[in-house]
Amino acid sequence: MIGTWQLVRLALRRDRILLPIWVLFLVGVTYSTTTALAELYDTQQSRDLLGVTANANSAFLAMLGPLHDWSSLGGLVVWRWGVFSGLFVAIMAMLVVTRHTRAEEEAGRTELIAATVVGRHAPLAAAVIVAGGTSLLIGLLQALALIGTDLDPAGAFAFGLSTASVGLVFTAVSAFTAQLSENSRVSNAIAGGFLGVTYLLRAAGDAAGESGPQWLTWFSPIGWTEHVRSFADNRFWVLLLPLATFVLVTGISAYIVSRRDVGLGLLAARLGPAQGTIGSPFGLAWRLQKGSLIGWSIALFAVGVIYGSVAQAVGQMVQDNPALGQIVSKIGGADAMVDAFFATVTQLLGLISSIYLVQAVLRLRSEETSFRAEPILATPVSRWGWVASHAVFALVGGAVVLAAAGLGLGLVYGVQTNDLGTVLPQMLGAALVQLPAAWVIAGVALVLFGLFPQLTGVSWAVVSVALVLTLLGPALQLDQWMIDLSPFTHVPKYPDITFGPLAWLTVVAVVLLAAGFAGFRRRDLST
Amino acid sequence: MTSAISVSGLVKTFGPTRALDDLDLDVRTGEVHGFLGPNGAGKSTAIRVLLGLLRADSGTARLLGGDPWKDTAALHRRLAYVPGDVNLWPNLTGGEVIDLLGRLRGGLNKARRAELLERFELDPRKKGRTYSKGNRQKVALVAALSSDVELLILDEPTSGLDPLMEAVFQDCINDERGRGRTVLLSSHILAEVEALCDRVSIIRGGHIVETGTLADLRHLTRTSISAELAGPPNGLTDLAGVHDLVAEGNRVRFEVDSDQLDPVLKQLVSTGVRTLTSQPPTLEELFLRHYEDAK
Repeated sequence: MIGTWQLVRLALRRDRILLPIWVLFLVGVTYSTTTALAELYDTQQSRDLLGVTANANSAFLAMLGPLHDWSSLGGLVVWRWGVFSGLFVAIMAMLVVTRHTRAEEEAGRTELIAATVVGRHAPLAAAVIVAGGTSLLIGLLQALALIGTDLDPAGAFAFGLSTASVGLVFTAVSAFTAQLSENSRVSNAIAGGFLGVTYLLRAAGDAAGESGPQWLTWFSPIGWTEHVRSFADNRFWVLLLPLATFVLVTGISAYIVSRRDVGLGLLAARLGPAQGTIGSPFGLAWRLQKGSLIGWSIALFAVGVIYGSVAQAVGQMVQDNPALGQIVSKIGGADAMVDAFFATVTQLLGLISSIYLVQAVLRLRSEETSFRAEPILATPVSRWGWVASHAVFALVGGAVVLAAAGLGLGLVYGVQTNDLGTVLPQMLGAALVQLPAAWVIAGVALVLFGLFPQLTGVSWAVVSVALVLTLLGPALQLDQWMIDLSPFTHVPKYPDITFGPLAWLTVVAVVLLAAGFAGFRRRDLST
Repeated sequence: MTSAISVSGLVKTFGPTRALDDLDLDVRTGEVHGFLGPNGAGKSTAIRVLLGLLRADSGTARLLGGDPWKDTAALHRRLAYVPGDVNLWPNLTGGEVIDLLGRLRGGLNKARRAELLERFELDPRKKGRTYSKGNRQKVALVAALSSDVELLILDEPTSGLDPLMEAVFQDCINDERGRGRTVLLSSHILAEVEALCDRVSIIRGGHIVETGTLADLRHLTRTSISAELAGPPNGLTDLAGVHDLVAEGNRVRFEVDSDQLDPVLKQLVSTGVRTLTSQPPTLEELFLRHYEDAK
């Protein structure tokens, strides 16, 4: 452990911009959410109405979790922001830990460090201290921000510590996944996949209220924060679960570190074939992208299965609750509620799929900057052919990923309702109509790559903006023209599928893609 | 004799930096041409322009009779390239990369592939991420040398190779010359260029400052002479082209401009020569002179 503090200082120096941004973001949103909700729900009457509808709307339940306490402003903040706060802090912890452990090791810099007076466990310890410490700092400042708006201190600390607890769990999870593979991309993918499962388990557990499989939320670190019931009951003892997980998983990771070679993973590298069979740019792109395509397809299929299995309980919830049934009958009854649920879910799936599409397009840029495009483009492969070989994974691969999601939804809901023949094509359709909007996002990414290669990373900002506008735009009471900027706003809502918007979205996507191709054909290769 | 590469007045800027500044380069078909210059002189930029990876701001470049920017695919069928920074895909084996690049180029010679793997002592079954820098370079070299192409463009191909492998590389390039291939070899390893190249171009600040055969270049420079004479040296200081003369009794050491050798030697012979050593300038000296002049 010698040298840990020097490495902590090194990490803080390297992340001196990134970490403050995370802290400011997570604390700032906590504060602004509180003030916005205070304005929005300024009477007890309006809060009571929210209490009934929030816990009856399964799309809300799946996305945000249940609203435990609507008598206090704190309860509203926990409901609106708690799950996402945990999600974001988990992403922060994951990126920080991988960046300072496996990515360093992969780049060969750990070797440089390990040859100095530094303990074997110091790099891991430093990463855990930085990520865990930042999580705790965020939680503490969130609590202070809530107390600063005159909320109950006990509830405020319950909330802040809940956020911090998710950060701690994912600090440990990433410390563990960093031991598994030699490749930091793979480490992040495994940890990210686990985060997805964590979110989905609680989404599935929450979506149908008490009619659904609520016990699932006990298997999710984000679900645990819901069980703390900040401001409602302040069950601090629940936080022992994440704490124990943190200690256990960090301990296992440290044990692995003391057993393995620097630079290697648990999953050992093996010899491969001496002869190759790849003979085309597409063959190479397939080799590079298939893991991601298959992984995403399985993941979205699983998401579809989970949401599909909840859908029936959504209908059930209405029948179980006469008061709710009355409200719902005004908007078209239980069927309309299930339809609205699928409309929300498929839109969410569309948004998630756009992350895959952008990632597939950005592979072009990472191939270029790592000098791996150069030897390929020094062969008779044309610029056009090379770009197309990867773009096809965004365009066609996107369809595969969305179809997998629709298949998951349709299979489960179809079997449950004994109507597979009707439901399956409906769900496939509902998922695939998202494709043109996702293509538009991919088109923007390709335009950036083709015309402004240094700004290719802005594609992620584009995805984030589309996510925020589509999911939170109405709640944040943004102007309609802003919400209209997201292509997903224009996708027809299930079950009313019209082809007009799909056609023009496709045209926009084609124009963007053509511009990106043309731009790359004309520009210099650059790093 | 035709030219495989002919470049004139080439300019390429990156923002305020003028990476290529009125560059002229002529590589004749069938020769091994050394492209010499220190880091940052513009060697790789020039090569990337020739490969159609960068677009020149002005000037003309002809490669195998075509335009490197417009006829990219057709030209690339006839050449092979080894980049200065070889980065491999972490999960592809060396063998897979060799075959991939070969197939993209339109096929490779299996027998030569096997022979080269043996000569370079390269295990093709290892994954890209497990190769050292030198081994990554070998992968690119085997891929390039086992292709049936007219032109090889090699950008500092031996910077990671050990001396034994450097010798193997030199043998291979000599074989390529025997097969009638044209080679453009960028390098800053002077011994390598001296051993391999028919002609050399020296680049400085994006501009070719000297080009020609090694003999031509030497002709422009000085030869070191040291001699023991029969009597005291006389009249040497008065001769044109003699520099740095040191005389100790009957011994002399001096440098002489190569085109003034004849009168100087006549003067020595008139005094009577006991021993004589003459050293042609090394490429190193040549190179250093060009770069020191610039400072």
